Amino acid sequence: MKFLKDRIIEWRPHFEKGGKYERFHTVFDGFSTFLFTPDSVTTQGAHIRGGMDLKRTMFFVILAMLPAFIFGMFNVGHQHYLSTGEFTSVGDGILEKFIFGALKVIPIVVVAYGVGLGIEFFIASRKGHSINEGYLVSGLLIPLVMPPDIPLWMVGLASAFAVIFAKEVFGGTGMNVLNVALTARVFLFFAYPTYMSGDMVWIADKPDTYSGATALANSIQGSTGFCTTDMFLGFIPGSIGETSKLAILMGAAFLIFTGIGSATVMISVLIGAGIMGLIFNAIALNDFMRLPFWNHYLMGGLMFGAVFMATDPVTAAQTERGKWIYGLLIGMMAVMIRVFNPAYPEGIMLAILFGNVMAPLIDHFVVQSNIKKRLARA
Amino acid sequence: MASTIKLRRGFDIKLKGQAKKENCVAVHTQTVSINPPAFRYSTFKLLVDVGTEVQVGTPLLYDKKHPSVVVSSPVSGEVVAVHRGDRRVLQEIVILADQQQKHIEFGPLNLDSMDATTLRTSLQQAGLWPLIRRRPFDCIALPDENPIGIFVSGFDSAPLAPSVDFLIKGHEQAFQAGLHLLTRLSQAPVHLGIHATQTQSAALLKAEKVQIHRFEGAHPAGNVGIQMHHIRPVNKGEAAWYVHPSDVVILGRFVLNGRCDFRRRMALTGSELKEPRYVDTFLGASVQSITAGEFSGKKDVRLISGNVLTGTKVNSEGHLGYYDHQLTAIPEGNDLEFLGWLLPSYPRPDISRSFLSGWLKNRVYQVNTNTHGEERAFVVTGQYEQVLPMDIHPTYLLKSIMYQDIEEMEKLGIYEVSEEDFALCEFVCTSKIPVQKIIREGLDLMYEDSMA
Repeated sequence: MKFLKDRIIEWRPHFEKGGKYERFHTVFDGFSTFLFTPDSVTTQGAHIRGGMDLKRTMFFVILAMLPAFIFGMFNVGHQHYLSTGEFTSVGDGILEKFIFGALKVIPIVVVAYGVGLGIEFFIASRKGHSINEGYLVSGLLIPLVMPPDIPLWMVGLASAFAVIFAKEVFGGTGMNVLNVALTARVFLFFAYPTYMSGDMVWIADKPDTYSGATALANSIQGSTGFCTTDMFLGFIPGSIGETSKLAILMGAAFLIFTGIGSATVMISVLIGAGIMGLIFNAIALNDFMRLPFWNHYLMGGLMFGAVFMATDPVTAAQTERGKWIYGLLIGMMAVMIRVFNPAYPEGIMLAILFGNVMAPLIDHFVVQSNIKKRLARA
Repeated sequence: MASTIKLRRGFDIKLKGQAKKENCVAVHTQTVSINPPAFRYSTFKLLVDVGTEVQVGTPLLYDKKHPSVVVSSPVSGEVVAVHRGDRRVLQEIVILADQQQKHIEFGPLNLDSMDATTLRTSLQQAGLWPLIRRRPFDCIALPDENPIGIFVSGFDSAPLAPSVDFLIKGHEQAFQAGLHLLTRLSQAPVHLGIHATQTQSAALLKAEKVQIHRFEGAHPAGNVGIQMHHIRPVNKGEAAWYVHPSDVVILGRFVLNGRCDFRRRMALTGSELKEPRYVDTFLGASVQSITAGEFSGKKDVRLISGNVLTGTKVNSEGHLGYYDHQLTAIPEGNDLEFLGWLLPSYPRPDISRSFLSGWLKNRVYQVNTNTHGEERAFVVTGQYEQVLPMDIHPTYLLKSIMYQDIEEMEKLGIYEVSEEDFALCEFVCTSKIPVQKIIREGLDLMYEDSMA
């Protein structure tokens, strides 16, 4: 490590202003600060600072996503071999399933990171910013919310669209209104609906004869079509990272345990979905409404969205009370969209984006109530 | 006794180098300095020159805007240097201290017969007025304003902070006399904040003529601003005064003896001091005299007049600040750390439970001045709220300052805050945002708008 450290100290001046490689400063800075936390000391305000920085925060979110990611790879293979009838039992052909899944999923990850980070590096060096770590999370979230059969060029296009139009035009990480990964997904959803919905895209390379309908699609008939255990453990077709509720809950526990994800948001989304589900159970006008409310937790991306996407601190409500309202709103909207509009079976995506847009307004009212209290006191 | 105000939000940073109460001795300081930048928003003019002989209580400076407000010499001796900065702004007046101190006699105060105006005038003449400060803005109290209350925080919760119990030990009578004086300066009540469990001194627990408020909770519970917020928050157009308990003692001695006595007990703290301890010396004492160069390692050392959160950097030839009661010495952190963001190579305090330190509440740390990351935009939410026990939305206030919306700042509570109350926010900030600097910029803007 000493060798690397000395090289960085030796090379650093060349990348500073006025140095030989000044225009690569951003790239050098990005890599060198990743390897070594800088030797910068406090110059104003508090003389000591906590150990937490954005790199650590983002990395812990990635750690939390790993169970869903790893299971997702397996499940892509598992669903494929299930459809071809080769390894129909979960325990059979585990290695083959992993390899098949990895061959499908890893390229998507590579494209999402490559395109997104490429744009980030480019814009950061043009503007002379340092590279923000936010995309490290977005770059893994994007693959996890894609169907396994998504063409790679679409992933690239969607990542580019999301990074440029959801983030950079607003000023980069911290300034965006919409969740970046969800913007990528919603872009594809509306631009190429046939690749993002229906019964054909959720199982990679499946024979045409095999039904590829998801639990959400089945539910219009009043039954998910899958057993509860499979839905909880994740042996069902769906977007790559969303199927295993167990893996997602492991991530959620990790985020709450380390204090990095907002438990308030996660819990309030789930409560909101439950309330709406119960309301529909009580009204019970059609088969979907009659579906017991808890099924909503087990199908589609509700759980994934609640844990990894609604909690995005930049796009969520920022005040504690605001977070409760924001979460409840998202949960209720998600179930409402699912049940009312079967053309958009995945309600959570639109619900979170709606929540993102409403979050500043929610916060505004929370802050206003604080202001009113202060004025009343004077 | 009033009920306890429990503050659930806050964070105690436990550091190595707590001052020991044994062997507290009087230390003669070679030189003493007055640093006019400590008096925010005041423009002071010199009344002395290099070579002038002064006594304890001789006016050194007067305030251009309020000529009755003077700063007097804390020691007798000779003015040996006047340092000026950019545009000839006064930075420091250095006085070589005599071995035997000579005092100007002002005559004891009779608190029962003298009225508020007379008392205020006496304090101003003796140069003691600058010890009384005001919120908003943290500047010297205006000589003729009527505060909503006078606040004294009877405990300091900052990292390695001196124990107030110990600072006033042996000066109990003067402390009570000082409190009495404060009650006579205006119609406003005097509020004394004490810690519900840690305060032991009878002078604090049984203080007379004041309202005692018990607080419980982690830092910044001991900050006078936090206590004001919970006792009687400052609204627009109001002012609250505050005095440090050590300075209450100085005021009290003036009442009893009729002369200024600027001796203060100071805490020498931090991991880089061989023997962290207390010393009895003068306000503005020289760092060299009180530490005698006793720093442990060979490492670069950061010397701080004050605590690690809000203090001012000083060099080893420098002096303690006018309002500081503590010197902290910690190592500099100018070293690259391999994957420091992921695998910290040494333990560091943080509220985040992603570190072991987030779980071990009683562990004591050796800290350095490394920033542990680079500055970023606001990303993580809810962090500031964890360490700010005030009914204020910190991020919104900070943003309103950044876009300089004075009306919004007012509504969000800028009058109630000072950068020291936000110091922990800066410490915990994942994005390493210079929170204290922003708060002060906001206060500067408000000051220009309302006072200048």
